[in-house]
Amino acid sequence: MTADLLRFATAGSVDDGKSTLIGRLLHDSKSLFTDQLADVERVSRERGDDYTDLALLMDGLRAEREQGITIDVAYRYFATPRRRFIIADTPGHIQYTRNMVTGASTADVAVLLLDARNGITEQSRRHAFIATLLGVPHIVVCVNKMDLVGFSEAVFEGIREEFGDFATRLRVRDLTFIPTSALLGDNVVEPSRNMPWYDGPALLSHLERLHVASDRNLVDVRFPVQYVVRPQSHHVIDYRGYAGTVASGVLKPGDAVLVLPSGLESTIATIDTADGPVDEAFPPMAVTITLTDHIDVGRGDMFCRPHNAPTVAQEIDAHVCWMDEAASLVEGRTYAIKHTTRWARAVVRELLYRIDVNTLHRVEDATALSLNEIGRIHLRVTRPLFADLYQQNRQTGSFILVDDGTNKTVAAGMIMRAIGTT
Amino acid sequence: MRSYVLSHLRNLEAESIFIFREVVAEMRRPCLLFSGGKDSTVMLHLARKAFAPARIPFPILHVDTGLNFREVLAYRDRWIERLGLRLIVASVQDAIDRGLVREEPNGSRNRIQTPVLLEAVERHKIDALFGGARRDEEKSRAKERVFSFRDEFGQWDPKSQRPEIWNLYNGRVFPGQSIRVFPLSNWTELDVWTYVAEEGVEIADLYFAAEREVVARDGMLYGVNGFVQPRHGETVEVRKVRYRTIGDANLTAAVESDADTLAKIVEEVASVRITERGATRGDDRFSDTAMEDRKREGYF
Repeated sequence: MTADLLRFATAGSVDDGKSTLIGRLLHDSKSLFTDQLADVERVSRERGDDYTDLALLMDGLRAEREQGITIDVAYRYFATPRRRFIIADTPGHIQYTRNMVTGASTADVAVLLLDARNGITEQSRRHAFIATLLGVPHIVVCVNKMDLVGFSEAVFEGIREEFGDFATRLRVRDLTFIPTSALLGDNVVEPSRNMPWYDGPALLSHLERLHVASDRNLVDVRFPVQYVVRPQSHHVIDYRGYAGTVASGVLKPGDAVLVLPSGLESTIATIDTADGPVDEAFPPMAVTITLTDHIDVGRGDMFCRPHNAPTVAQEIDAHVCWMDEAASLVEGRTYAIKHTTRWARAVVRELLYRIDVNTLHRVEDATALSLNEIGRIHLRVTRPLFADLYQQNRQTGSFILVDDGTNKTVAAGMIMRAIGTT
Repeated sequence: MRSYVLSHLRNLEAESIFIFREVVAEMRRPCLLFSGGKDSTVMLHLARKAFAPARIPFPILHVDTGLNFREVLAYRDRWIERLGLRLIVASVQDAIDRGLVREEPNGSRNRIQTPVLLEAVERHKIDALFGGARRDEEKSRAKERVFSFRDEFGQWDPKSQRPEIWNLYNGRVFPGQSIRVFPLSNWTELDVWTYVAEEGVEIADLYFAAEREVVARDGMLYGVNGFVQPRHGETVEVRKVRYRTIGDANLTAAVESDADTLAKIVEEVASVRITERGATRGDDRFSDTAMEDRKREGYF
């Protein structure tokens, strides 16, 4: 069998040993190149560090090295014979909530680090909250720096219990705890000899074996039309194909489809790729679909099944994370909205509440959301979106808001309620 | 039971195709930067897949430094002919002759190709330019977006990049601004080679090991060609070498290798312990932040 792909996001601060942990994963899985390592060794030596600071591998930009902080999401790659991994390494500080949201948005797994000496902090609660808000299906909590608490089982169990209690308030589907020492390598790639009381897997073997295929929604057929392929050539006559990426569900030739917004029904004639037709398409395949009928379909339309359609909605409730430093979200303002392959304009009718990301309390009298703040809003959209709830579909339940004045992406949105138009 | 799992290469392929389609659907004048290297070749291969059975609906741009390997130009023209593409050439030599840029003392035209590229972007009103950069290549690339926003001077500001959440890319720009798009962001060097081998993509001959005349210089092996001649005290030797990257002929070094087939190249790349740029690019050796500095000025 060929290796599949797993995307995971890491969150935690440098103090928790996160960069060391990632450096360790890359190093012990032999994914580092000798010149990269030599580079880091040289910089470490020049700075007068006592040891090779694997964290330097992560802080790529000069601005970051100068300030000794990680500003942005960094992507790292490594592979084992079982799997290919993409790490979205996100800075842990509250100022960088938007970066964790970015990293978590496409992640199958969130790896949260905490320092065994400090136990659960506000920061670790916030990380768990963001991971669940973004619908990351699996959470792994690495209780790190176990070497500094004498590899104590009692410390680990205490943290596990406390975190478990807290997690019941969140919608966590799969939660795993691993005691690690990234510095010494315990339970990162190699199992620990210092913690015989722990009988679970090391982090890497856990990530290698995690079953993520069933996280994908294979039930609800959703195919946002991305581009209409119409060859202007005498080799191919009368070809009209609808190119797109399967958001969810499985499509086959002969299947009945309902096209939104027209409401017309048709049948899939072929599912084409450059390598020839295929007998089925599932997420995240990029294909081109032809229909048996000549009906008017364009970008931003959606194919679904006649008896399983998303909500055609112009009124939406959503959680949003605000990402713009220059201006805050204010009630009454209109933004451009992008949902699947569809653009529209959306007016913020109401800011329902802001969520204090540290306590998870609702702040009901909030009047604005500024950078890194999360809240629930009510939107009215100029043209209908074909929406599912984010919990059920990360593809058709998500959107971004764009400020027309600056063209910047200012918010990430997760649909909590979609009110159908009739 | 059917598992509905895509292999990681099919996953990366699907992601790249999505990116190509998204740009063509939303941007006015996309263009693809073609260097003749394996990454830009894989981009062309993916672009063809994204729009089949139609042709690739955008032109390709070649920044001709005047220091190309001869073989690369012929290879470029074969691809253009096969896919029926329109080619835009931006000539660095021409820009030097016009006084737009000045030759640098170290002989590298890497830095001075940036103004030439920016001039072509402006002249052809290109608002989206596909590039073959990968995040695993170099540390300042690791934080690059798929859609990389550039201001009207083509500059990259790492602090003002747009957040990229899910696959909801935002390519909106005002006139004069543009987006650099990197469809291979999540591919590694090994992925590219494995894919080239799996798909049988035609790549430039220079990547295959062959007996070539070389001189040893600064600890690297440079092929003897119109731009590299032995200096005093250097001797020309014949060795079996290949190129891991293809840049300018005067500054791209070869590595000793027996890899004369795609299968052997994949095997070599899988086992080699030094990054491709570290091994063969004189132009990245000048400073620790050479790439970051060039990117800020509008380079890829």
